[in-house]
Amino acid sequence: MRAFLSRFVRHRPAVLGLVILLMVTAFALLAPLIHPASPFGLVGRPFQPPFGEYLFGTDQLGRDLAAALLYGARTTLLIGLIATTIAVLVGVTIGGLAGYYGGRLDAALMRLTEIFQTIPFFLFAILLLAVLTPSIVNVIIAIAVVSWPPMARLVRGDFLAMRDREFVLACVSMGMSNARIILRHILPNTLSSIIVTASLMVATAILIESSLSFLGLSDPNVMSWGFIIGAGRTAIRTAWWVCAIPGIAILLTVMSINLVGEGLNDALNPRLRTL
Amino acid sequence: MTPEPDLLSIERLTVDLPSWADRRHAVEDVSLALRRNEILCVVGESGSGKSVMARSILRLSTSRHVQPSAGRILYAGEDLLEASAERMRALRGSRIAMIFQEPMTALNPVLTIGRQIEEAIAVHVKRSPRERRQQVLDMLAAVQLPDPERIHASYPHRISGGQRQRAMIAMALILEPDILIADEPTTALDVTTQAQVLALIREMQQKRRMAVLFITHDFGVVAEIADRIAVMQHGRLVEHGAAQDILERPQHAYTRSLLAAVPDLAPAPARHDFIGAATALKVSGLQKSYRGKGLFRAAARVVHAAKDVAVEIRRGETVGIVGESGSGKSTVARCIARLVEPDAGEIRVGEVDFGRLASRALRENRKRIQTVFQDPYGSLDPRQSVGSLIAEGPMIHGASAEAARRRALELLALVGLDARSADRFPHEFSGGQRQRIGLARALALDPDVLIADEPVSALDVSVQAQVLRLLAEIRERLGLSVLFITHDLRVAGQVCDSIAVMRHGEIVEFGRTETVFNAPSHPYTRTLFAAVPGRAWSQRRAAARESS
Amino acid sequence: MGGLNRGLRYVARRLALGVVTILVIVVLNFVLLHLAPGDAADVLAGEAGAATPSYMIQLRQKFGLDQPAYVQLGAYLKRVATFDLGYSFRHGMSVTDLILGRLGPTLLLMLTVFAISVGSGIALGTVAARNLNRWPDHMLSMLAILAYATPVFWAGLMAIVVFSIKLGWFPTSGMEQIAAFNEGWARVADIAHHLVLPALTLSLFYIALYTRLMRASVLDQYAMDYVTTARAKGLTERQIARRHVLRNAALPVLTMAGVQFGGLLGGAVVVETVFGWPGLGLLAYESLFARDINLLLGIFFISACLVVVVNLLVDLSYSLLDPRIELT
Repeated sequence: MRAFLSRFVRHRPAVLGLVILLMVTAFALLAPLIHPASPFGLVGRPFQPPFGEYLFGTDQLGRDLAAALLYGARTTLLIGLIATTIAVLVGVTIGGLAGYYGGRLDAALMRLTEIFQTIPFFLFAILLLAVLTPSIVNVIIAIAVVSWPPMARLVRGDFLAMRDREFVLACVSMGMSNARIILRHILPNTLSSIIVTASLMVATAILIESSLSFLGLSDPNVMSWGFIIGAGRTAIRTAWWVCAIPGIAILLTVMSINLVGEGLNDALNPRLRTL
Repeated sequence: MTPEPDLLSIERLTVDLPSWADRRHAVEDVSLALRRNEILCVVGESGSGKSVMARSILRLSTSRHVQPSAGRILYAGEDLLEASAERMRALRGSRIAMIFQEPMTALNPVLTIGRQIEEAIAVHVKRSPRERRQQVLDMLAAVQLPDPERIHASYPHRISGGQRQRAMIAMALILEPDILIADEPTTALDVTTQAQVLALIREMQQKRRMAVLFITHDFGVVAEIADRIAVMQHGRLVEHGAAQDILERPQHAYTRSLLAAVPDLAPAPARHDFIGAATALKVSGLQKSYRGKGLFRAAARVVHAAKDVAVEIRRGETVGIVGESGSGKSTVARCIARLVEPDAGEIRVGEVDFGRLASRALRENRKRIQTVFQDPYGSLDPRQSVGSLIAEGPMIHGASAEAARRRALELLALVGLDARSADRFPHEFSGGQRQRIGLARALALDPDVLIADEPVSALDVSVQAQVLRLLAEIRERLGLSVLFITHDLRVAGQVCDSIAVMRHGEIVEFGRTETVFNAPSHPYTRTLFAAVPGRAWSQRRAAARESS
Repeated sequence: MGGLNRGLRYVARRLALGVVTILVIVVLNFVLLHLAPGDAADVLAGEAGAATPSYMIQLRQKFGLDQPAYVQLGAYLKRVATFDLGYSFRHGMSVTDLILGRLGPTLLLMLTVFAISVGSGIALGTVAARNLNRWPDHMLSMLAILAYATPVFWAGLMAIVVFSIKLGWFPTSGMEQIAAFNEGWARVADIAHHLVLPALTLSLFYIALYTRLMRASVLDQYAMDYVTTARAKGLTERQIARRHVLRNAALPVLTMAGVQFGGLLGGAVVVETVFGWPGLGLLAYESLFARDINLLLGIFFISACLVVVVNLLVDLSYSLLDPRIELT
């Protein structure tokens, strides 16, 4: 554990990413304390530029942009984490079963995964939300449904490779049950690539969520960064900060997650210093 | 015969290693001379620095961290270590050529053989495309490749390993270099293919009066083709001289121990004849075939890995299965252990019909057959401590944690490892130690039959000798019945009471070790023995030992 | 001859798989159709209230909304097979015609993005690998990290703010100046001028992706034994890079590019919306706005077909590029 931490810390961009991510998380968690009132409330004149009375100014309806950002953080992180968790669970299960048992089960599950991967995922998400009306739950479902195939493929590949490794054969020859082999021997050895991929999936989920809310497909009762940008489009010539600032927030959050993911990758898979 | 003048002279070469490596130098203060019209074999175990030294001649180091720091390498009056990059490129392939160990990865997979060899010409000489093509075809014929036209147009993955290595030799020799550096060129080949390629190298060398620097770890190969020998250990040159002298009158202790570790090509003295002993393992009618990928191939490529194989092992006996790669010996071992399901056949372990058991009964009875695997790096779970790896088997079958742990410590002692090893992880151990751990794990469940699937093939020869000795001790002590799979006839002779020879999925010969060695009946067995490198030397050694 | 035979069989097999995929999608569409709020016929007619009453009665009869589900499904499958995807009153033409009319601009955009991103990715990735751990490599890594994290729609908006509004170099939206009635080369130039910002915006993410992939791939190739063999033959570093490494290293990038085609379609939706580019993506947005589920379903269906065909073409081209890949 200590070795892992020391390797992570050596990767400076990853540490920077972690710091930013912790800040964003802190803001998200503390939002109700910092700004108890609803972010949808009108606080002043519309289109006030930033660094005036309000830190980030106001949007076209007179809402406080800083408040909107705070509450948007909650939505973004929440959706990103939950959607990814679901996608990871589904992907690992399907991929693991396919890779371990092989044969017909593998063929069937892989056909299923291929079909899902062929479906143009963004259009599908849009369609799903158009039909089911946007709400947080539906957004999470839509994102999870399109995110699991890459994880399934990765896990299947890993399990398939592990299945033929001699230490797994040794387990089989000891009379070990399949469940024990998978949980105690194969999974721990594939965990590092799953964790790294999962962290990158969170970033992707956030990008998808913000694009969906930009198009107007977010839950109307919660504030979302993409929504602010989409709503502010009409005033882009004059009040461009309404679009710019939330975008920077998205960029920083996604970038920090990617950096942390890279740091995790280096820390979990130390490439042996070969000659 | 007056010795030829030195063609290549390595003087006090030192190659540094980066700071994180386990020693300062890959090669330390090595001086060696290579003369025209001779084969100089540089022999050593892994980590001896022989490959690094060979690569330094053409400055082909694989990493920028491993660079020569002192010494000279003189060729035709100039120091190659000081030569410009331009000059080195001019020499490479035209005056000094090199071939490598693994021909599959040493050739570009997306270019045809012909193109790659023609490129070797085009880099140095101007020829018309037609001339180049003809020159390549002539060379492919010279290395005895059948159907040079087809080979010319083929991609590397379409031809066999032996053919690839011949193609590499053709590519190296096409511009008639003075010196050929061969870095373990036959290590990845089957023994029969190896014999052919060695003969080819010898023939080419003699015809062109080339100097060949041949790197290898196999003393049999050395005995087969060397004119002179140099022995390396830990980056230093330990001994060198004429082949005869080194092989028969080694001076240095290390050379002597290396030579002693190479088993003779002779049957070990028979233990006892096992007549009347109970049967530990009886296999009959074993079948296994694999369908080649792609249903659209003409005559769906079916590979018969095992055709009607029968094996019997009596209590306390060691039966060996010997064969080249593709013979099916590993498949048979896996089928018997039911790590792979055979298509048909009976497998009886003692009284139990092992072949017909299913799910729960199978899992409970699996402890009767345990396997020691080949790859010391892949056979142990990297995330488990050694102690828990060994104890896991007994615990699954009902032993308490303390009882299992005690057993693990017992076994560690049995295989010659310290009790403290139990809390360490596999990556902290050497290859030989890991095989001992693998053995301990296999013995933890007190099996009736132990299958050893090429257990020493991945080890250095001195370590191999230790592990084989350990195995011999343990099987005596515990009265183990062993099925020993190997491709190495020397090892088989040393360890096995009876030997089965496999080829293309079938057992072509079976008998007591002495019979198979001294009077083989099947022509394939005879070919196999004839192909073992250094056979004559081994026979002389055995004879000398008898008479003394 | 055997090769051609194998090739044809392979195509047949892949097409079969593609057909299954499309069938699944059609069934999915059918399910979504019935999940949507309102009567299925309402949905099929497009926006509520836009269709004439007589058309509505026709629709209801045609679908036999009192018939059991599987009969309806069968009828739906038949309609889709004949590419009868409905009629859009708002636009005044059949859905199929509408979609086909908008396909061109989207394909133009996507092909341009593909060319730019793959080309740049391969070039920049090679530069980064050859300058390992020096400043070009670090700079490219940083830029890639930024581009990777930038939401496409935001990048587009910012590009408009900077390059169109503030600097006035490029138009803010649309594919061409319709009022100018350009012909021939002038028209091409005009479209190209409008294409610049949307194409570059969408390419950003993919350039970052392919650059990093190519960099890793080039480093992998240089570690391979055949590079040492090439050096042992006396080739210069330049020859090795060009003749040996490049082709092997580019293969994984092309593989990835093929896989990303579906994602590219999604990106097109966003980019076309931001830039008012008159393609399928913008059509999807408009139908979203107008709650025209039927049109959306049609777009989804056509896009899926497109992805299937592209995947097949990509697979075939791999087997041409990499001799190790056997058509199985």
